[in-house]
Amino acid sequence: MASIIRRKIHLHRLAQNHILIHRKTLSSTTEKKTQCIEKILIANRGEIACRIIRTSKRLGIRTVAVYSDADKYSLHVKSADEAVRLGPPPARLSYLNASAIIQAAIRTGAQAIHPGYGFLSESAEFAQLCEAEGLTFIGPPASAIRDMGDKSASKRIMGAAGVPIVPGYHGDQQDIDFMKLEAEKIGYPLLIKPTHGGGGKGMRIVHNRDEFVESFLGAQREAAASFGVSTILLEKYITRPRHIEVQIFGDKHGNVVHLYERDCSVQRRHQKIIEEAPAPDIVNEFRSHLGDSAVSAAKAVAYNNAGTVEFIVDTDTGKFYFMEMNTRLQVEHPVTEMIVGQDLVEWQIRIANGEPLPLSQSQVPLRGHAFEARIYAENVPKGFLPATGILHHYCPAPVSPTVRVETGVEQGDAVSMHYDPMIAKLVVWGESRNAALIKMKDCLSKFQVAGLPTNINFLQRLANHWAFGNGLVETHFIEHFKSDLFVDPHDATVQKEAYHAARFGAALVAACVCKKEQTASKESLPGGDSLLSLWYSHPPFRLHQPARHTMELELDNEYDTSASKLLKLSITYCPEGNYFVETGDSDFNGLEINVLPLGHHEFRVEADGLSMDICLAVYTKGHTNHIHIWHGKHHHYFRQRMGLELSNSDESEHKPSFEMGSHPQGTVVAPMAGLVVKVLVNDGVKVEEGQPILVLEAMKMEHIVKAPRAGNVHGLLVTTGQQVFDGGVLFSIKDD
Amino acid sequence: MMTLRVLTKRASSSIPVGRSSFSLLQKTREYCLGVLSDGIDRNSDDFLRNSKAMDEIMSQLHSHIDKVLSGGGAEAVRRNRSRNKLLPRERIDRLIDTGSSFLELSQLAGHELYEESLPSGGIITGVGPVHGRLCMFVANDPTVKGGTYYPITVKKHLRAQEIAAQCNLPCIYLVDSGGANLPRQADVFPDRDNFGRIFYNQAEMSALGIPQIALVLGSCTAGGAYIPAMADESVIVKGNGTIFLAGPPLVKAATGEEVSAEDLGGASMHCKVSGVSDHFAEDELHGLAIGRSIIKNLYMAGKQGIMSNTAPDFKDPIFDVKELRSIAPTDLRQSFDIRSIIAHIIDGSEFDEFKKLYGTTLVTGFARIFGQPVGIIGNNGILFIESALKGTHFIELCAQRNIPLIFLQNITGFMVGSRSEASGIAKAGAKLVMAVSNAKVPKITIIVGGSFGAGNYGMCGRAFSPNFLFMWPTARISVMGGPQAAGVLAQIERSRKKKQGVEWTQEEEEKFKGRVVEAYEKEGSPYYSTARLWDDGIIDPADTRKVLGFCLSASVKQVPEETKYGVFRM
Repeated sequence: MASIIRRKIHLHRLAQNHILIHRKTLSSTTEKKTQCIEKILIANRGEIACRIIRTSKRLGIRTVAVYSDADKYSLHVKSADEAVRLGPPPARLSYLNASAIIQAAIRTGAQAIHPGYGFLSESAEFAQLCEAEGLTFIGPPASAIRDMGDKSASKRIMGAAGVPIVPGYHGDQQDIDFMKLEAEKIGYPLLIKPTHGGGGKGMRIVHNRDEFVESFLGAQREAAASFGVSTILLEKYITRPRHIEVQIFGDKHGNVVHLYERDCSVQRRHQKIIEEAPAPDIVNEFRSHLGDSAVSAAKAVAYNNAGTVEFIVDTDTGKFYFMEMNTRLQVEHPVTEMIVGQDLVEWQIRIANGEPLPLSQSQVPLRGHAFEARIYAENVPKGFLPATGILHHYCPAPVSPTVRVETGVEQGDAVSMHYDPMIAKLVVWGESRNAALIKMKDCLSKFQVAGLPTNINFLQRLANHWAFGNGLVETHFIEHFKSDLFVDPHDATVQKEAYHAARFGAALVAACVCKKEQTASKESLPGGDSLLSLWYSHPPFRLHQPARHTMELELDNEYDTSASKLLKLSITYCPEGNYFVETGDSDFNGLEINVLPLGHHEFRVEADGLSMDICLAVYTKGHTNHIHIWHGKHHHYFRQRMGLELSNSDESEHKPSFEMGSHPQGTVVAPMAGLVVKVLVNDGVKVEEGQPILVLEAMKMEHIVKAPRAGNVHGLLVTTGQQVFDGGVLFSIKDD
Repeated sequence: MMTLRVLTKRASSSIPVGRSSFSLLQKTREYCLGVLSDGIDRNSDDFLRNSKAMDEIMSQLHSHIDKVLSGGGAEAVRRNRSRNKLLPRERIDRLIDTGSSFLELSQLAGHELYEESLPSGGIITGVGPVHGRLCMFVANDPTVKGGTYYPITVKKHLRAQEIAAQCNLPCIYLVDSGGANLPRQADVFPDRDNFGRIFYNQAEMSALGIPQIALVLGSCTAGGAYIPAMADESVIVKGNGTIFLAGPPLVKAATGEEVSAEDLGGASMHCKVSGVSDHFAEDELHGLAIGRSIIKNLYMAGKQGIMSNTAPDFKDPIFDVKELRSIAPTDLRQSFDIRSIIAHIIDGSEFDEFKKLYGTTLVTGFARIFGQPVGIIGNNGILFIESALKGTHFIELCAQRNIPLIFLQNITGFMVGSRSEASGIAKAGAKLVMAVSNAKVPKITIIVGGSFGAGNYGMCGRAFSPNFLFMWPTARISVMGGPQAAGVLAQIERSRKKKQGVEWTQEEEEKFKGRVVEAYEKEGSPYYSTARLWDDGIIDPADTRKVLGFCLSASVKQVPEETKYGVFRM
């Protein structure tokens, strides 16, 4: 079999080499066989749409983007040759609107649709609809999607094909009492999850039988909302699992290869944040065993095109079980691309064209190690809650042949509540795991996002953790090492160190802001007047004294959102054009800083004999300047009030949501903007501490708002279906 | 005459060139004729002695300055802060453009003038840019005697207004004052150049289209109330700002009405009811921000900024300006070549001298300072008839060409003696004074050495209203030198005693002379002068070029006026 593939490839290459000579004959034969894709519609948005457009362009294939009203000016729309509007922002009216997408393809004359990941990528109906309309669906056949999309059915098929599966209940019987019995059979802890969909949505761990009912109903509701199907399955919960998945590829001629595995164990909220390939710390025998099982799984459903077979590996026993198969290109596919040196989107298109697999199993190279870090707009201290906002400053790490930044946004774009809050994927490659890890740490420190909270700092702490460095990954990694990864706000030593670094950052900010403002005032002058510009020469003149400037910067404490510290800086303009910055702290003697502006944001600073490049981003919201600085490995964020302490009514308008301190005790505010999907109690009733009060849905995730303490619910005025805003007061708990 | 001969010789003979600048000079000489050598031997004993002496003088000056910069003392400053108020210089810092310069005037006004100390005369004045437009700031210092007006406070306020009127600078009054100082009302209230003149000036400038802006940041009582009331636009800060003709205690005494300061004349009342103020500020920073935006919206008011005749590029002097501290001898009896100072303050040290070989005790010539063409007149000794005629000629040239004049004073006076008188030295001096008085170009005077007798007048002293007048800390000003005065007075005393038949011993005469010299020494000191506002401040010699630049910048942006002279005595 392999030899046949190899021969075919050989012939194909020959044909390519002689393409100029034999063009006529070749094109006539291909036309007879099948029509090649010359124009693709990408039924997706964000970074994956941009990713597909990039490969298509390289192959000379024209591209059509589709967009909702929220994405009218986004990067994927700008990158594509043509773009078609689908509808309003909500996904079900735009990116999930299958018929509108098919119409767009027909209208623009696209022969194929690439679904990306998410949205309609795993909809068998959509794949079928494409086929019915004579459009090539770049992905597996509808039958395979259907087989693998139903998690219970897929496990039955896999079991029959001899692929190991986790004990559990995957039946259609969904009666709550019956399910509870099944749960007893499997034993706690166990996992509840919807049979459809993925990405951990609706998934819940149940530690004991008391929690079962609430979790079960919640999972059902979320499944219904997200996937339209509320069927639930139960599974044994493995305590120290690793999540290892295998990239497979099949062609329309019955060939299937695997492109090795990825380890996606490091997860938060059951969603991956750092992936790597190959999986660390596994032997080659295990690797090929895993690969073979994945190939068998694919063959069992007559699979073609890209797919991923996910396994759960029990680190205690070394056993692996089939979890599910994702019948699409995965978010984390670039790590595989980096180690095998192939373009998987190109493979997808060629396979959709009916070509055989470009490589046989033995030809698939494995070189080096790759990591992917997902940069999310999210609030790490608030339990990784998705965040929204404007990317006021966006400057990803510089790319190179070994560093990729997959992104779908630009500076000035908004991360909205309508879609996934992922900003970018940082993909790095190195000759070894250590080499790749060093590069990833460096790139993370250079990845600059300002305007909304991100997980970059957290990713840095993860990447710098000793256990991660040693490859000791497992799905509970973050939970397991949380004391290292989340700094204890009461740890004085850590706090002090963090404060010193921030103070140094603040001093640099002060010097750079002074330099910047001075340059700005000078540049705003009408040109050609040397006498007037004398007033703006550096240092500013004062009679018999140096000019001084004071600046108050509010430092946000990353680990303790309720406390922020006010830094009072005094800047003296030195005769040589340096700035002498003092803070008034007794343990800080002041710092003389020399600033050389390099670009719009970049500066070369010299302080205390140390020179370094730093970057500054400043933007204004309301009456507050937001100042970000990246220096060394640090990223600090300061707020500078623009003088005005206005009346209370004005103040509340500009108050950021996390300033809970301003509300009376017992007040509960919305942790994020979202939709109220359920109100569980009536206003005025007596509740216990921790009792669920209402359920919010945002970013397609449910969030239960609980009573912060026992008492009477007061002022609960929101109703089901109501939109609430970040920081808006939901209710308060008052004593009797 | 001995000194004079030496001087003339030095001026016309080849001058040794400082080693450090030699190669640079060689290069520039190829294409520029007018580059001055500074004629300084940097290794000479004189140079080192001068710089050492100047260091001492400067540290003495700084110790005086440091005292006034701390305002009315720690307790008053603390009280000011507790009311959420900034100090006057901090207020100005926040009003001017970020990172821009501020030229403060008469920092040492009121120095040792009264029994009690009155730092900076209780008021801060100066020039600085707001939104690229130069403004005159007049800021009461509430930490000094509650911001009340002493006679010198009034004088300093009026001087700032005089400059503003002369240079077309919008005025920003930062009002925080208890009004006239009551115990000294006789010297503050009634006369022409007393308190009332402030409002007269406001009215006049407003009529000329020079914007008058008042920011009421504190109390504004009695006469002070007219400052915001007379202003074109005014801002008042909630809580701190009050405007009333009589405060609550006086109201109670007069009418029995009991009313709080805020209700009587607070921001809310004046913005909502009386209309005495136009802009309501939530706090001081808000008020200052409103002040900035008022200036931003002035547009063409005062018609400042319509002329721009300076070259965009300029060269720095080829010599280090800091060396100015070491050039002028602290002992005024020693002479030095004024060109060495000129070389340190003009662009590229390029000086195109006029009538170089005639009347050599007065140096005249054209140069640029920060690109602005200027005519410079400097003393190189006693004024002779030829020097005076040369100066008159040069002033006429500059007035005709609208070139600002810079006077560098180091003058002991006009030549005396029968030959001089017979040749009509008084006539020649009168011509110079006539020209100086009537030339309608900006004039800036820097006293770098002595300023004695009629020389002070011919070289545009205070009485001749130069736009700005500054002193070096080494300067001396009086009608004549102390020893000369002592000699004259001793002569008169001796003849008086002789008439009375009283014997006057040598010892007594020396004592008498000593007292006169001592008094002249004290009254001729730059501190004595600056305390009484005979000048606009004492400057560090190293700052001379910059200060000249600032002054020119403030002075040159006006529509040129035609110069008309009176009768020249021929």
